[in-house]
Amino acid sequence: MNTLAAPPRRLLLFVAPVVLLLLVLPSLVEPYETVLLSYGLIFAIAALGFNLLLGYTGLLSFGHSAYFGMGAYGVAFIVKYLKITSMEVFLLGGILASTLVAALFGFLCVRYTRIFFGILTLALSQVLWSLAFKFFWITGGTDGLRVPTPSLLGGQVTMALGKGQDKMDFLAHRYYYYVLVIFCVSVAVMWVIVHSPFGKALQAIRDNETRAEFVGVQVWHYRYVAFLVSGAYTGLAGALWVPLNGLTTPDILVWTFSGKIVFFTVLGGFQTFFGPIIGAVVFNYLETYAVGHTVYWQLVLGVVLVVLVLALPAGIVGTTSRLAGRLRRAA
Amino acid sequence: MDTFVIHLLNALLYASVLFLIAGGLSLIYGVMRIVNLAHGNIYAVGAYTTAWAVGRVLGGAPTVVLYALLPIGAVAAAALGAVLEPTLLRPLYKRAEEYQLLITFGLLLILEDLLRFIWGPYPLSVSALYENPGSLSIGESIYPTYNLAVIVVGGIAAAALWAFVYKTKFGVILRATSQNKRMASALGVNVNRVYVQAFTLGCFMAGLAGAIIVPQQGAVLGMGVDALILAFVVVVIGGLGSLEGALLGALMVGVVREFGIAFFPEIELAVLYLMAAIVLLIRPAGLFGRA
Repeated sequence: MNTLAAPPRRLLLFVAPVVLLLLVLPSLVEPYETVLLSYGLIFAIAALGFNLLLGYTGLLSFGHSAYFGMGAYGVAFIVKYLKITSMEVFLLGGILASTLVAALFGFLCVRYTRIFFGILTLALSQVLWSLAFKFFWITGGTDGLRVPTPSLLGGQVTMALGKGQDKMDFLAHRYYYYVLVIFCVSVAVMWVIVHSPFGKALQAIRDNETRAEFVGVQVWHYRYVAFLVSGAYTGLAGALWVPLNGLTTPDILVWTFSGKIVFFTVLGGFQTFFGPIIGAVVFNYLETYAVGHTVYWQLVLGVVLVVLVLALPAGIVGTTSRLAGRLRRAA
Repeated sequence: MDTFVIHLLNALLYASVLFLIAGGLSLIYGVMRIVNLAHGNIYAVGAYTTAWAVGRVLGGAPTVVLYALLPIGAVAAAALGAVLEPTLLRPLYKRAEEYQLLITFGLLLILEDLLRFIWGPYPLSVSALYENPGSLSIGESIYPTYNLAVIVVGGIAAAALWAFVYKTKFGVILRATSQNKRMASALGVNVNRVYVQAFTLGCFMAGLAGAIIVPQQGAVLGMGVDALILAFVVVVIGGLGSLEGALLGALMVGVVREFGIAFFPEIELAVLYLMAAIVLLIRPAGLFGRA
């Protein structure tokens, strides 16, 4: 018996062409499109982490902006105080910073469930926001902190390497592949996590906490570890996001950003593994399109969310697979 | 001493407005078990409507008429609530509470942009109403009379709400529905009607808060989201669903905020959120809440 649950072959048939397409994409489309997709993939990592709590453990956090923001601010502090611009150091620092905060917040939050969990995570994330907002001599206040283009793979790949490469080119090619590799690894690791005995225990807790406890699952302990992993994933996303954006501001710590992470996940469908990924990428296009075409982009997003909740609660992936199942049965 | 009195009055001013907002939020949660993330925007609707209505007729109308126009924001907010509950929220009561939070989050986004669409991106102000009553002297300092009026309105609203919930037949029905919806329904209470009434009342309070504070602060985009977060702190401290809790929470937040801005402005907001987090840790249901 294989301890690491291998994905079923049918799934690989879906995934392989997608990965292939993602690999050749930079040579097919404009750099702008590639950078846009990088944002989507990064948000997808955050959504994957978030969904370990919502979809697999049954805890709705309205404070995941805290971990995304800590990832981003962790990187900005490394640049500001240590003068290091190596991407690997960024990732380590970002994950470390967000995991530390998740360790503290999680310790306080996982005793509660349902609405109290949501409100507590929200309140704690707002503490971080107000600190970032007010301690401007450390965090730059609303101006934020700038993060220069990093060097990748221990300094082997830098912007100066290619002749006449500008920043956009670097982001659209080298950095895109960097993000893509980390994205694929993150997805694979998350797949292993949710299909491991640990992941099964989380699902048992979600479905019936009392029963899980009687079977011998240490509910508090499992929830805490899930919280840590979730925070680390979201922090990783924040660390990847900040060089792409070039700047981190308190906006990514506000609770409405947490709301967006929830939005991604529900848009894709939180009861499925791939839902949050699809949701994050689609949301990113949707938001970019709405912001580019109208000043009333919030209205567009709000209407989409309301329609989604009322009409398609299973999200894009959930609804599609249900339709596909019905077609297969009919055939 | 004078400065202390003025700080205290300002704290009461914050507390009055916060109580109206948070009391509405808490009432809605207490009866319907829904945390309305769009509640702050309802408050903003009240502020904008009043600012617009008063601004329209400002030229020439006697001041008394203008003050009589103030509550129009509350009426508009209540009407909005009466429309929203049956259309958007009612289909969701049987679903997981995640969806209820999400739909009110969607509503928050929609209302935020509707305000921008209707009244444009610039702040509206009706400062004439604020300046007209002049000011009182307290010792050697002066204090705007309008602020005192807001404090009085807040106090009256709290008393009226208490009387309404604890001394009227409707209040009994409201509390019964809040405690056990199915039992109330079995005893012949029209739960759907109680829900829409409770939601409307909650929105009315938020709208009233917006209406009475707009002469002092003006109406700006984003005011709803800011107010919501403070209202959250209030209800978390006081206990979700408890009106006494909302009153106590509003007073605590008002005092901490006012003295925080005066003495430790850098961490004033952080202290508020930490206060909420600490209360949640010690008493998850809040000081007056029932778990």
